[in-house]
Amino acid sequence: MSDVDTLTPVLTKDWGTDRSWTLPVYESRGGYASLKKALTMAQDDIIAAVKDSGLRGRGGAGFPTGMKWSFIPQDNPKPKYLVVNADESEPGTCKDTPLMMASPHVLVEGVIISSFAIRANTAFIYIRGEILHVIRRVQAAVAEAYAAGHLGTNIHGSGYDLDIVVHAGAGAYICGEETALLEGLEGRRGQPRLRPPFPAVAGLYASPTVINNVESIASVPSIIEHGAEWFASMGTEKSKGYGIFSLSGHVTRPGQYEAPLGITLRELIGLSGGMREGHQLKFWTPGGSSTPLLTDEHLDLPLDFEGMAGAGTMLGTRAIQLFDETTCVVRAVLRWTEFYKHESCGKCTPCREGTWWLVQTLAAIERGEGSEADLDLLLDQCENILGRSFCALGDGATSPISSSIQYFRDEYVAHLTHGGCPLDPAASTVWGSSLTRSGA
Amino acid sequence: MSLTTETRAELEQIAARYPQKRSGLLPMLHLVQSVEGRVTPEGIETCAEILEISPAEVSGVATFYTMYKRKPVGDYHVGVCTNTLCAVMGGDEIFAKLKDHLDVGNDETTEEEPGKKSITLEHLECNAACDYAPVMMVNWEFMDNQTPDSAVKVVDDLRAGKEVTSTRGPRICSWREAERVLAGFPDDRVDEGPAAGEASLLGLRIAADRGWTAPSDNASGRTGTEPTTAEGAVEEADTARAETETKQQEAADE
Repeated sequence: MSDVDTLTPVLTKDWGTDRSWTLPVYESRGGYASLKKALTMAQDDIIAAVKDSGLRGRGGAGFPTGMKWSFIPQDNPKPKYLVVNADESEPGTCKDTPLMMASPHVLVEGVIISSFAIRANTAFIYIRGEILHVIRRVQAAVAEAYAAGHLGTNIHGSGYDLDIVVHAGAGAYICGEETALLEGLEGRRGQPRLRPPFPAVAGLYASPTVINNVESIASVPSIIEHGAEWFASMGTEKSKGYGIFSLSGHVTRPGQYEAPLGITLRELIGLSGGMREGHQLKFWTPGGSSTPLLTDEHLDLPLDFEGMAGAGTMLGTRAIQLFDETTCVVRAVLRWTEFYKHESCGKCTPCREGTWWLVQTLAAIERGEGSEADLDLLLDQCENILGRSFCALGDGATSPISSSIQYFRDEYVAHLTHGGCPLDPAASTVWGSSLTRSGA
Repeated sequence: MSLTTETRAELEQIAARYPQKRSGLLPMLHLVQSVEGRVTPEGIETCAEILEISPAEVSGVATFYTMYKRKPVGDYHVGVCTNTLCAVMGGDEIFAKLKDHLDVGNDETTEEEPGKKSITLEHLECNAACDYAPVMMVNWEFMDNQTPDSAVKVVDDLRAGKEVTSTRGPRICSWREAERVLAGFPDDRVDEGPAAGEASLLGLRIAADRGWTAPSDNASGRTGTEPTTAEGAVEEADTARAETETKQQEAADE
């Protein structure tokens, strides 16, 4: 596998092309050829190809996509549904948004092939409402696909019918959780459902439903075009293929880098021109704020599911947020904790009450109030949320806290001995210390 | 102000997009906001009537999602991301500067002034543009890589009624017009703005410079390394929760 290039643009390959979002440009670059090929294949062979490729869900958890599809009970007489989770809201995550803005057709083509494979005649793309121009581009792509006969009835004479509904959300992080998303799509408050039953058996309208992330579905056309072996030639033993790595924060050039899974952070930082001049990496999230923090000790770990699990964290959405030594870890963690408190849906007590208490305890420490025993109190609060809340939001809320105490206990203590934050927040801004805080 | 028959017809049209009409509620509330400037009691009643559910159920939904507003929103909605990464990169300073400059608090609207457009200011959670931090949104269009000064210029231009263009998108429409697009009635701005911003293209540019590409068609990796059972898959997946749930399911199946 050493002959695979460091970066492997597949999903991002058209992003620099003029009017890449339009159907003529997408088709001129080979778009919708995979759909035509797929329509000549047996549906189970499409599922088998996706299974064989080793594609694992790109929305965070890394469950095998093809296996998820195979759980749809085909003997169930109810309609089957495909729902695309485009509610990209995990702090740090910014890959699906540029993908849908520049290449909405690769998503639409993926939706058609995937729906055909699972025998769904209606598919939904649930996009967070706060990204207006992205919604425009996806709406237009779907309309163009209908006009070209890629959607609608008897698609290209295959006898297969499919409708796609583009659905705008209305502001709720929790709707990224698949069952809460279904509630939102049914016109209800976005509160997660008890599993089992899993959505594959009883999802949207209590019918068999596959819910996949944008990037997972957008990867399907390339697997159909080039084959499972091609996809598996990239990545590592159990984390196959390519993925978009999103670098943000204190690097010289934050941005999107599409690479085989297993690339290291050292390589990615190198590509992005290093940490900003004169500064060093202090801590980072591998895949959004819900994945435990890592430090500069972890630069050479492979960024794949196994490599991250081995370091006690998760690959998540490859949302790599990098912070240098000017950043106060307590401030960073408090802000994420306030986010989880705000976004907790209120359904279960450990998360609803627990995230409130986490904020109280952390905010006091940040102000320099309390004692070192409060760190143990925080960890105790985390233990009472992790694994005891209804969905993964509560679990995620504990990740930044427990990992930051593990790696930066001294900095927490310094807030207590210093009577507040020992760092100057102005130094961590993009404009650094060149501006005074007088405007604030 | 009462909902017109046209609006009612459009609300029904939204509901009809779905196999079950209640699914239309989220976009229907976006349409109510585009017409009424907020979610009004009358809008709630009308949605409830069309969907044959109680106004309390509609109200419960309208109060759950943060994009729905019970107070009138200004001509423009300005949001500043203050989630951790943007906050650290300068979002906190930008938000403080705008509160001071516009003389409003969070989720408040500037006073009506003759000849001036009004602005509702709010701080936001992560808006999926972290590589462009600090990020500001105007009517849910991206204003990337802001500074306190650039943000002040944007709001001053908006208030003065000057045309403002997203740094990675179209000319900015009014908040009500934006809500109409969210309700599923497209405007004519889809082809404005670039395919992608500079940060989105960095990896692609480096790959082009160095001749890096995805493997050729005949590349071949080892397949069949996937677990064959759900239990095996959840063990490898990044969620202890799914593992527990799958075991429950299997126990129930037996």
